Amino acid sequence: MWQALKRLYHRLGSPKWFFEISAKWSPWFLWIGAALMAAGLVWGLAYAPADYLQGNSFRIIYIHVPSALLSQSAYVMMAVGGLIGLVWKMKLAFVVSKVIAPIGATMAVLALLTGAIWGKPTWGTWWVWDARLTSMLILLFLYFGVIALHNAIENEDLANKAAAILSIVGTINIPIIKYSVEWWNTLHQPATITLTKKPTMAPEMFIPLVFTILAFYCWFAVWLFARTRNEILWRERRTQWVKKWVRDNAL
Amino acid sequence: MSTQPALMQTISALFKRDLLLAFRSRGDLLNPLMFFLMVTSLFPLAVSPDPKFLGDIAPGVIWVGALLATLLSLDLLFKSDFEDGALEQLLVLPQPTFFLILAKVAVHWLVAGLPLTLIAPLLGLMLGLPEGGYGPLMLSLLLGTPTLSLLGAIGAGLTVGLRKGGMLMPLLILPLYIPILIFAASAVQTGVQGEPVTGHLLFLGAYLAFAVAVCPIAAGAALKISVAR
Repeated sequence: MWQALKRLYHRLGSPKWFFEISAKWSPWFLWIGAALMAAGLVWGLAYAPADYLQGNSFRIIYIHVPSALLSQSAYVMMAVGGLIGLVWKMKLAFVVSKVIAPIGATMAVLALLTGAIWGKPTWGTWWVWDARLTSMLILLFLYFGVIALHNAIENEDLANKAAAILSIVGTINIPIIKYSVEWWNTLHQPATITLTKKPTMAPEMFIPLVFTILAFYCWFAVWLFARTRNEILWRERRTQWVKKWVRDNAL
Repeated sequence: MSTQPALMQTISALFKRDLLLAFRSRGDLLNPLMFFLMVTSLFPLAVSPDPKFLGDIAPGVIWVGALLATLLSLDLLFKSDFEDGALEQLLVLPQPTFFLILAKVAVHWLVAGLPLTLIAPLLGLMLGLPEGGYGPLMLSLLLGTPTLSLLGAIGAGLTVGLRKGGMLMPLLILPLYIPILIFAASAVQTGVQGEPVTGHLLFLGAYLAFAVAVCPIAAGAALKISVAR
């Protein structure tokens, strides 16, 4: 097991290997994700029972929750990638960290937008300074910081390292921010809206949600692979294998 | 042969040098204070001069002002050293970068955070902050502004060589300042309501201790990258 992991790790050190293998994996993730998404959405939107309080408006959960989850795990992935890059000088880890940032930010925006659309019928307003909404907004700000820093530094190698440090610092701070925001919220507006208490969902509502969450992760992988492959092509543009690949495939 | 005295000597030499340099350019020291004063006085003009209302928003306004003023002053932290090459010399010293950065941040707090803390009661007076708020205001600034300097050192380290560093720094640092802002401003508010503020202050203290342990490491790594540029 350990040996296999080690071998995988060493292979991942080679952008060329990843470029070739991810081309093979992508269709799998794409189609499995599509099947899960179709099943989850049809089940969730058409067959799952309406919520006894919120009626049909709760169904946006099948987009809202996966995107919120993904935006958080993407940030952690970005920081872990940065850490691996800093410690073991692994090029591919930096590439993944860099290309993940816009994806995570997009997911955060999607979560905020769907949250606002959901909030309108449920709470009667597009936005409230609820703890969860606020920490999602701060997460988006953290993404903006990392992306802006990366853009500001011209030298690719140094930009990678700087962005890695910032995302690691951000990850250490995320629990503190989350905790303090929740604490602040309970202080200032006691119990107007309790989103914090998760409703126990009926299984026929919950299983489609699991489907769409898995689908989001699959499509996230496809998106991540595509962006990573683009980035690899660009960074390795002077190497023989890229020149050959371009001659064979793109021209 | 022991390295300990050498380390202490280096730190105190750096500390004195930075302090001296700071006092040689007093204008730079005053600017954040002026900014603090001006930003705070914009609120009565923009929102409402009603004393009751101003008293209510005073804790938040003063703290946001202090936070922004600190953000402006962070430019002083490494910039001149970076420009004249002293920063590179500091980083190649045999002494651990951790303590050197800590010394620089300490000076930054003495010339930026401490004056802000001292001037804050005056602003409280102008905004009609109720009686019970002054103690918590001073204490929260005393515990909070060093953390602002420490976290800011990371941002300053990352952006020191960049042309557009000034615009970038708030983007990087402000999200990290949010916990301090929340706890400090609510400490003052709780004080105004006449309730105990120990819990808030303890959190600020804990965050400070945490920042002392972690931020110089991150700032050191950031500076090494910036110098390599």
